[in-house]
Amino acid sequence: MAKQVVQLSQVIIRFAGDSGDGMQLTGDRFTSETAGLGNDLKTLPDFPAEIRAPAGTIPGVSAFQLHFADHAISTPGDAPDVLVAMNPAALKANLKLLRAGGTLIVNTDEFGKRAYEKVGYTANPLEDESLEGYNVIPIALTSMTVEALKDFDLSKKEAERAKNMFALGMLCWLYDRPSQGTIDFLTSKFGKKPEILKANIAAYEAGWSFGETTESFAVQYEVKPAPMPTGEYRNIHGNLALSLGLIAAGQLSDLPIFLGTYPITPASDILHELSKYKNFGITTFQAEDEIAGVTSAIGAAYGGALGITTTSGPGIALKSEAIGLGVMLELPLVIVDVQRGGPSTGLPTKTEQADLLQAMFGRNGEAPVPIVAPQSPSDCFFAAIEAARIAIEYRTPVFLLSDGYLANGSEPWLVPDTTTLAKIEPNFTTEPNHELPDGTKDFWPYLRDPETLARPWAVPGTKGLEHRIGGIEKADGAGGISYDPDNHDKMVRIRQAKVDAIARTIDPIVVDDPSGKARVLVIGWGSTFGPIGGACTLVRDAGLDVAQAHIRHLNPFPSNLGEVLAKYDRVIVPEMNLGQLNMLLRAKYLVDTVNYNQVRGLPFKTDELAGVITDVLKSL
Amino acid sequence: MTINDLPALSLVPKTDVTQSAKDFKSDQEVRWCPGCGDYSILSTVQGFMPELGLAKENIVFISGIGCSSRFPYYMNTYGLHSIHGRAPAIATGLSVSRPDLSVWVVTGDGDALSIGGNHLIHALRRNVNLKILLFNNRIYGLTKGQYSPTSEQGKITKSTPQGSVDYSFNPVSLALGAEATFVARSIDSDRKHLSSVLAAAAAHEGTALVEIYQNCNIFNDGAWEQLKDAETADDLLIKLVHGEPIRFGKDGNKGVVRTADGQVAIANVAEVGEDALLVHDAHREDPALAFALSRLSEVHTLADTPIGIFRDVKRPSYDRLVREQLDEAREKKGAGDLQALVRGNDTWLVG
Repeated sequence: MAKQVVQLSQVIIRFAGDSGDGMQLTGDRFTSETAGLGNDLKTLPDFPAEIRAPAGTIPGVSAFQLHFADHAISTPGDAPDVLVAMNPAALKANLKLLRAGGTLIVNTDEFGKRAYEKVGYTANPLEDESLEGYNVIPIALTSMTVEALKDFDLSKKEAERAKNMFALGMLCWLYDRPSQGTIDFLTSKFGKKPEILKANIAAYEAGWSFGETTESFAVQYEVKPAPMPTGEYRNIHGNLALSLGLIAAGQLSDLPIFLGTYPITPASDILHELSKYKNFGITTFQAEDEIAGVTSAIGAAYGGALGITTTSGPGIALKSEAIGLGVMLELPLVIVDVQRGGPSTGLPTKTEQADLLQAMFGRNGEAPVPIVAPQSPSDCFFAAIEAARIAIEYRTPVFLLSDGYLANGSEPWLVPDTTTLAKIEPNFTTEPNHELPDGTKDFWPYLRDPETLARPWAVPGTKGLEHRIGGIEKADGAGGISYDPDNHDKMVRIRQAKVDAIARTIDPIVVDDPSGKARVLVIGWGSTFGPIGGACTLVRDAGLDVAQAHIRHLNPFPSNLGEVLAKYDRVIVPEMNLGQLNMLLRAKYLVDTVNYNQVRGLPFKTDELAGVITDVLKSL
Repeated sequence: MTINDLPALSLVPKTDVTQSAKDFKSDQEVRWCPGCGDYSILSTVQGFMPELGLAKENIVFISGIGCSSRFPYYMNTYGLHSIHGRAPAIATGLSVSRPDLSVWVVTGDGDALSIGGNHLIHALRRNVNLKILLFNNRIYGLTKGQYSPTSEQGKITKSTPQGSVDYSFNPVSLALGAEATFVARSIDSDRKHLSSVLAAAAAHEGTALVEIYQNCNIFNDGAWEQLKDAETADDLLIKLVHGEPIRFGKDGNKGVVRTADGQVAIANVAEVGEDALLVHDAHREDPALAFALSRLSEVHTLADTPIGIFRDVKRPSYDRLVREQLDEAREKKGAGDLQALVRGNDTWLVG
């Protein structure tokens, strides 16, 4: 008999288990099926830096949170409605996140005495009263998986490994998610290992059937599709969107791409992605170190390629001198910083936005570098194109500041029509650009475009334009070495003016103020867009007025930013650092901002932020 | 020698004019100290360039920081004077993405072996199509006289008033240990020898490291003097010539032999006989013998110092292998379709 179907408007599920339990894969598959159903969704993978910390320990817990809804949502959710805990460590590490009265699905097979004592429980938490406030659903996931696979030619260990598929099947039944995508995925993953493939499918199906028949689940849930603009959608992670944006920039500028990089969490996926697409004219160079990553990209840019380097904060520190060289050489260079918790090694797999001032000022001398920051996983695509546009058209290094949350988080994305994307014009110089007093023509590598102040890009192989450039100060225009004091002062100002001039080509900042009556503006940058938006929605739902604006261009700022800030009685600046944008806004616009900061390696929670906003509103 | 015989340069456009050394002189005033060994190297390179017959605009000189690194400013080709130690990495990016260029790196003992050591060894092992000229004067010149990674132990300099305790690098040994496919050594003042080594380096596919003993007449004057002085040179210098017995000394009285334990040693030709001499084979795959030859020289006295080409073997350049993968990807998948890529394989329709 079919079970009753209950409609839900939104669900937050968190899968948690050992690093080796396949929680990220389980989360990814559930997300894929959810995306296909047309729900809006946001995801938050939360995994340790260690690849395989000792089994059953807190440091080894890997989690994946998914928020899906029948309406537009802005974050992966504050408190999960459902926690799937594959062992006592996962329970202990994640229980505090579960909302009061939430559903707790636990794998009882892993709750032996040794296992729960290992993480500090003195008694089995499933048997005492500690979980009374939750709807606990104890399920013998491991043994049921092994039982379901008993006819397969697999060791017990191999059979146990499929328990994540059992769990996935069970949850896919519970939330009425389709199965075909997962079966196709398994087929492509295990196609060459038919026994493993069949076992995984069998475990998935056993989980599904268990959900359908068990009395543990009284009802089945349904979350209807969210209303979204019509079109074709895909689910996308930030690092993938960023990679696709870089590839698009290569196509739009008709330049070959050269990526010089060194592996680092959480940026390495961009290298992995770009290395797959050599047929797009992309060369990926896994360098000997971070410095060689950026300098090889500068070398390629000198030769007329779109030079790109990708890294995280520690890598930027190593690349700083070379970025200064890029400023001096005035060559296009896209520097991707997927920020993570710092300083030093910090929290490699956690998110933070504390590299803003490093990007802004982290070089010797006056070395201005434009900065672009995406605001959501899919926005990484467009932000990457924008960073490349500025780099190519202004002949300058450009920072693209993503972060761990954007990199690994995912959301549905209306696939853009790439034919509508604006071309990027490299505008190579192929003829002499300067006339000597005697009428003969020569080439001045630092004779600038009067509008953009960009210098000519004449690449080796261009006859008659042979010239030398370098890190030493050069004479305005002619570009030869110059130690002249007035010339240096002039060149420093020109380089700054060139970066400032970019503001003329960037969109003015837009304020979201539905009532038009807000006296408080919340302004942020980067990945806090979703949480700030969610918080503003909560505040407005409570009948209060608040405005939101988000800065995409952090250097230079949009031309109208000062004017916008001046309109509000209070400006709140929430950041996942100790107030870096806040410092820049105060310094530039003399505005008395209120900053709100957390550096916990995790995105803001919307209810906390809503509380902060409400407190400020009430103080007026 | 024609350009088509040079696999390293087969993709570089040829010049359609007759070039002379003058064509390679830039309008920049040369600012090295009078008497610096760099002048003679510059003059030799400018004189040698026309031999290659390449389009001038397809030649690029890239340098790091140091006296030698000012070199690109004086060559009327494309040039990039970069930051300390990074020239091989910059040149790698350029060379890999532009097979139509002849890319030269000019560096010094501090630039290449100290701050830039990492980039140097990795360029060598990858076999990027670069010609690296390492000017070795065993001192830091531009920072005014500190010891360098090739300074001899005990060297008294501004930063080592009691003598350096650092053990020194032998650049040729280092390069051979770093899987280099071409390693040679020459001397700034020996125009003929240096030109011949440069010609072989240019012809080599992959990274060619040419160590050039260069005199810094301000901070380390006469560092290589015994090798240049006609009185002493014959007795100290071992000129390696591929295919010929390794013989040196006044009247060729000394030679190099292999010993029973597989090492090499200096022998008196009159005692061992000419047939016992080792015949130099620069094309030998195993680098052990070239390495053994590089170890003959004595750090302080410069006794038994080999010059010439230690090793010159064929291995596909990194550039070529990268290019082949790009070509293969295009052949198999066709030129990229951006819309299909952005769309991916897993989409759904709304509305």
